[in-house]
Amino acid sequence: MRFAFSLEQQALRDAVRDLLGRACPPAVVRAAWGADDDAAPALWPQLARMGVVGMTAPERWGGLGLGELELVGVLEEAGHAALPAPLLETTAVAIPLLAALPDGPVVDGVRDRWLGAAAAGRAVIAVGLAGAPFVADAARAALLLLERDGELHAVPRDAARLTAEASVDGARRLAWVDWTPSAATRVATGDVARDAAARALDRGAVAAAAELCGLGRRMIELTVDHVQVRHQFGRAIGSFQAVKHHLADAHAALELARPCVARAAYALAHDEPGTAVHASLAKAHAGDAARRAGRAALQCHGAIGYSFEHDLHLFMKRAWALAAAWGDAAWHRARIATAVLDHDAAPGAFHA
Amino acid sequence: MTVDATSAAADDDGMDLRLTAREQAFAAEARAWLHDHVPRGLPPSGSADGFAAHVAWERQLFDAGWAVVSWPRAFGGRDASWVEWLLFEDAYYRAGGPPRVTQNGIFLLAPALFEHGTDEQRQRLLRPMAAAETLWAQGWSEPGAGSDLAAVRSTAVRVDGGWRLSGQKTWSTRASFCHAMHGLFRTDPDAPRHRGLTYFLVPLDAPGVRVSGFRRLDGDLDFADVFLDDVFVADHDVVGAPGQGWKVAMSTTGSERGLILRSPGRFVAAARRLVALYRRERAVASPLDRDQVVRAWMAAQAYQLYTLQDVTRVAGGAAMGASSSINKLAWSELDVQLHDAALALLGPRAELVEGAPDAVDGGAWIKGWQFALAGPIYAGTNEIQRNVIAERLLGLPKE
Ligand SMILES: Cc1cc2nc3c(=O)[nH]c(=O)nc-3n(C[C@H](O)[C@H](O)[C@H](O)COP(=O)(O)OP(=O)(O)OC[C@H]3O[C@@H](n4cnc5c(N)ncnc54)[C@H](O)[C@@H]3O)c2cc1C
Repeated sequence: MRFAFSLEQQALRDAVRDLLGRACPPAVVRAAWGADDDAAPALWPQLARMGVVGMTAPERWGGLGLGELELVGVLEEAGHAALPAPLLETTAVAIPLLAALPDGPVVDGVRDRWLGAAAAGRAVIAVGLAGAPFVADAARAALLLLERDGELHAVPRDAARLTAEASVDGARRLAWVDWTPSAATRVATGDVARDAAARALDRGAVAAAAELCGLGRRMIELTVDHVQVRHQFGRAIGSFQAVKHHLADAHAALELARPCVARAAYALAHDEPGTAVHASLAKAHAGDAARRAGRAALQCHGAIGYSFEHDLHLFMKRAWALAAAWGDAAWHRARIATAVLDHDAAPGAFHA
Repeated sequence: MTVDATSAAADDDGMDLRLTAREQAFAAEARAWLHDHVPRGLPPSGSADGFAAHVAWERQLFDAGWAVVSWPRAFGGRDASWVEWLLFEDAYYRAGGPPRVTQNGIFLLAPALFEHGTDEQRQRLLRPMAAAETLWAQGWSEPGAGSDLAAVRSTAVRVDGGWRLSGQKTWSTRASFCHAMHGLFRTDPDAPRHRGLTYFLVPLDAPGVRVSGFRRLDGDLDFADVFLDDVFVADHDVVGAPGQGWKVAMSTTGSERGLILRSPGRFVAAARRLVALYRRERAVASPLDRDQVVRAWMAAQAYQLYTLQDVTRVAGGAAMGASSSINKLAWSELDVQLHDAALALLGPRAELVEGAPDAVDGGAWIKGWQFALAGPIYAGTNEIQRNVIAERLLGLPKE
């Protein structure tokens, strides 16, 4: 039993952290707030060159063929930087979804046309599962993977009508998508479609959970810095216990969420039977922990953190959005309850 | 826990959550033995008869080699790895094993002896401790020294061949039924607070010792005052060097807060019992009860996964360090949450205690709830843990 990431996984994560630390300061996040809906995502070429965008694609499509254990470290760093780019949608969900579909004329055609392009960073792919009313990054996607009536469809963006929906996180690009299914867009039906969509949901939930852990960590870092510099009553406010305890609780909650994310990534990578429960555990804990970190951070910053000019809200609003996307905490708890309480199907901590 | 107790897979690079063949065999053996031997319906340990029954069980555990699996064989253990130890704990509580009345010896004193004791002390003390022949109480707190442990005022004065101890210890768990006590005494009143302390082992039948039990919140006679009046303690019963008591005590707090005193097995088993309770009571459970149950189950899973990560780290040579404070917050809040959820499910039956005709599970939930409420207080209060997390893990300035 060894419950830790490998040295290579850690090295990849460190490399992404370095890149984003240099190339994705808050100013870049802020710039994304004002960008056009169809503007290319920030840093996409750099991330593609590094292999990150295509990391989950099989090698024959120019990818690295890596799995969720590599991915969650990278995504935590993306969250830490509030990276305004669709790594979650394209790299964590769409590429693995397309790559895993059984061969067939439509699927083969879609893969030939889009998978290599997506892995190389030339095409964004967005995802709209049945439970989600809006599609993130639809306007800048070349292809939309959409679920409806138990079927999966690959719809070129040009063939869909989009209505933009503004998010509290101005760097997010949501749209209502209106489209017409056809035989030419249908890539999966029946059990195949159902399983692929379920797996896509779990991937999205775990990816969002990883980003939420990074967002939470960043908000705590910002606050730890702030409370050491800000003085009131003649001393650093970080020396007050009320401040310390907010941060200690937020930090502890995040540290307890992170192993849940690692466990869920392992379950996905090994296709374990209990994957959905592990994914829900990760998403619910990470979402709650990141929201809590946001509240603690804001409270400990005081009014300076409440101003739009301050960077804190860039991270906090992303956390709100991601905590609600891919199933919010209550939805995931309900899903766990069904498995554990109704079906007595609690997965173990170990890999059977 | 022995330092070289590494998991077989600990050095491999990469995550692997499968158990090795050795780990699986170990777990299967533990489960089979515990399934056949764990006693049902032991009385509470807070009475002389109850305590004796618990001691008898601990002796049986020792004779079969399950009392201290992580210790070296020479002291009655099995040289088990950290992972195996977790598996044992899981099997123990899954089988319904009672809380360990030896815990203040095997989990709190023993780590200090492994780290700071002499060979002679280890040879003399460890086996009888594990075999429940010598029962140990922890004598740290005093009426004026709770969270502020370094404020202890009980003294020890140097005499020929040893020391003379005087003062009062309090809230000492099960001391009325124990044979010996380990704790801190002030040996140098002139040294700075943390430096003038020495760690002593005190026989509770020595002349000048008076132990006076009193009841805890749940009514059990599990607390005791220990009054010491010029009690002689020989030099060989000092742990570590005179003046080094604080350091010795701190090696214990890591085990107390961390995963040794409260392994996840205990809470995972409680979460499993909670799920079983829900399944029995579902007809009367509201959606909010259901949510509370699932939240508690989820918290238990998170704590378990957190400890697997810890165990991997420690098996790889890292120190547990201040992160044991996160551990302590987690298990203590989790225990409250589990019992809260159960009581919510039981509604008007929640208040029924053992012996009441309609008490569910023999009143175990209201009993457990009362003990759970102590978790955020003992082993360093949760406020103190939050201070440690903020100062040592996040780097915030001291008050
Ligand atoms: C069930 C149980 C078993 C126990 N068993 C033993 C035993 O076997 N041996 C033994 O020696 N002791 C034992 N204790 C005592 C235990 O160690 C103390 O209760 C603990 O150290 C806290 O001290 P206190 O109770 O004096 O509380 P206090 O220190 O008086 O604290 C009261 C409140 O003030 C808060 N507080 C105090 N200082 C600070 C601070 N600096 N910052 C913020 N908040 C603060 C605390 O967090 C707490 O909320 C046991 C206690 C319990 C409940």
